[in-house]
Amino acid sequence: MAYDKFEILTSTAVPLPIENVDTDQIIPARFLKATERKGFGDNLFRDWRYNSDDSPKSEFVLNNPTYSGKILVGGKNFGSGSSREHAAWAVYDYGFRCVISSFFADIFKNNCLNIGVLPVQVSTEFADKIFKAIESDANTEIEVNLPEQTVTLKATGESESFAINSYKKGNMLNGFDDIDYLQNIKGEISEFAKNLPL
Amino acid sequence: MGKTLFDKVWDAHVVRSIEDGPDVVFIDRHMVHEVTSPVAFRGLKSRGLKVMHPEKTFATADHNTPTINQHLPVEDPLSAGQLKALEENAAEYGISHWGLGHEKNGIVHVVGPEYGITQPGVTMVCGDSHTSTHGAFGAIAFGIGTSEVEMVLSSQCIMQPKPKKMRINVNGDLQKGVSPKDVALYIISKLTTSGATGYFVEYAGDVFRNMTMEGRMTVCNLSIEMGARGGMIAPDEKTFEYIKGREKTPIGADWDKAMSYWETLYTDEDATFDEELNFEASDIEPMITYGTNPGMGIGISKSIPNATDVEGGVETYKKSLGYMDFNEGEDMIGKKIDYVFIGSCTNGRIEDFRAFADIVKGKKKADHVTAWLVPGSHKVEDAIKEEGLLDIFTEAGFELREPGCSACLAMNDDKIPAGKLAVSTSNRNFEGRQGPGSRTLLASPLVAAASAVNGVVTDPREFLS
Ligand code: SF4
Repeated sequence: MAYDKFEILTSTAVPLPIENVDTDQIIPARFLKATERKGFGDNLFRDWRYNSDDSPKSEFVLNNPTYSGKILVGGKNFGSGSSREHAAWAVYDYGFRCVISSFFADIFKNNCLNIGVLPVQVSTEFADKIFKAIESDANTEIEVNLPEQTVTLKATGESESFAINSYKKGNMLNGFDDIDYLQNIKGEISEFAKNLPL
Repeated sequence: MGKTLFDKVWDAHVVRSIEDGPDVVFIDRHMVHEVTSPVAFRGLKSRGLKVMHPEKTFATADHNTPTINQHLPVEDPLSAGQLKALEENAAEYGISHWGLGHEKNGIVHVVGPEYGITQPGVTMVCGDSHTSTHGAFGAIAFGIGTSEVEMVLSSQCIMQPKPKKMRINVNGDLQKGVSPKDVALYIISKLTTSGATGYFVEYAGDVFRNMTMEGRMTVCNLSIEMGARGGMIAPDEKTFEYIKGREKTPIGADWDKAMSYWETLYTDEDATFDEELNFEASDIEPMITYGTNPGMGIGISKSIPNATDVEGGVETYKKSLGYMDFNEGEDMIGKKIDYVFIGSCTNGRIEDFRAFADIVKGKKKADHVTAWLVPGSHKVEDAIKEEGLLDIFTEAGFELREPGCSACLAMNDDKIPAGKLAVSTSNRNFEGRQGPGSRTLLASPLVAAASAVNGVVTDPREFLS
């Protein structure tokens, strides 16, 4: 399904400075039973966010009213583990449009790009700067500028550029997805399939 | 310049390359299961698209199926709904479906090789990250997300940039009691869970040459746990011998034609890798994990490292040990365990059950240990019975369950209770992976068996003569 266009996002951010956040934490397997893509945001970080009796864990950042925004800032190696796209859906459905980290696991990053969540990989130093800025002021605004490929701390103007290939960038800017692209070259795919090695 | 094994297979499947973008890659085999496909089929319907190649698509139910009383209706309405959706979608689009109760049913990465769906030199995907398993045959195989499942259903292609290439060589002889699982856990402990992110790995060297096909599957299966997209091993006589005569394996002239392609599938001598790593087989001990990711593994006779001696953040490390209720410097051997799980696409094949039986034969399971023995497929289950392993298990106090993913991801009722410590032959020890609050130690079937008998973490070498 095509998704919202992404151009410039300016927002406060939610910090999660934990390394190796895996997709089983982002959305535990027992919440993967739906046959429709809806409601996954409620179970985002379920077991970090709620006790077993469903009462919220007050120390977890999503339960802390100080922090909010459309940007999630995660620790290194964010999204490792399972290929479940439900993890990216949960992030999106909760209201995040962008995840910033100093390093992403491959499949999660791909899944995000496929559903319109922008993964922004920054240097470890810049990630630390962002965490510090949010820690000292939870209302710190971050600008993620896709056309320019920059991420900027609004208060200080400190900025870093990020990489994204021009094909994916075009998709995000226009809200297109790969299925649209592939449907347009179906003839070419059929021709190709006639000469496969097996 | 020469090409790597990976280059050869990848390049043969590139429909077109987009400048400063991904390659459009043709997919030969698409495995589908009940959990990551329903939304993809919905997407297909809402766009009014068809399945382009139903004959290249194979569905099996495994992630969310019960492992007892499979003949009875599935009680949980949500789980039943997923199984029904898979059945209906398969019927509507003409896809082969080995659902719950079907004689060929089993874990997607176990049945693929069993029935010859997996072959050298093919491209293969599935909405499950351990699709890398099939790389053992010299296939390019990797896990994809649900959007990509929809892409492959509708166009038989995915769009991804060509990954970088890494070769991991392990040479020399393995010590007694060291299994393919240990080799993989050892490599992951050296690389960490992100050490191979962005790479596709080729495994080479004596250790993998000498390994059985099932052992190679275990190793390739775990490639994703060091962040790699997948891992592969060049096909050889063992590979061809293994696939010969299986249901979907070509025969006659088709076999000869396939062989002429398969025999080209090796890395040329002058090919280069972006990264090459070497390990010594004799350095590897039976392994066990002590933390909450598969990179947190050590030789079983060692003690838990100090936070200051490991790479990465001290806070994250302490959080992980805190979850496990372990302390720095503690020994792993002797820790009292509550559960043992043998199964999953990592170690749920017949050789794994044979290894388990070798140790428990003539002994008794410790009373306080609950053991779940879950075959990877009906075929594995049948072999366990035919080879007399079931009798060994029964005598030693173990029960055999029915096939499925089971406690590997604990989507069904097979959940390790909160706080309980389990030795598992599966692939992930993340917080809550095997049930909310569960604590997992990843290990080989030998370690699992020895620990099940003693009721504490045990070095299997003490049982091997
Ligand atoms: S056994 Fe575990 S890893 Fe393998 S396919 Fe099933 S859930 Fe995935």
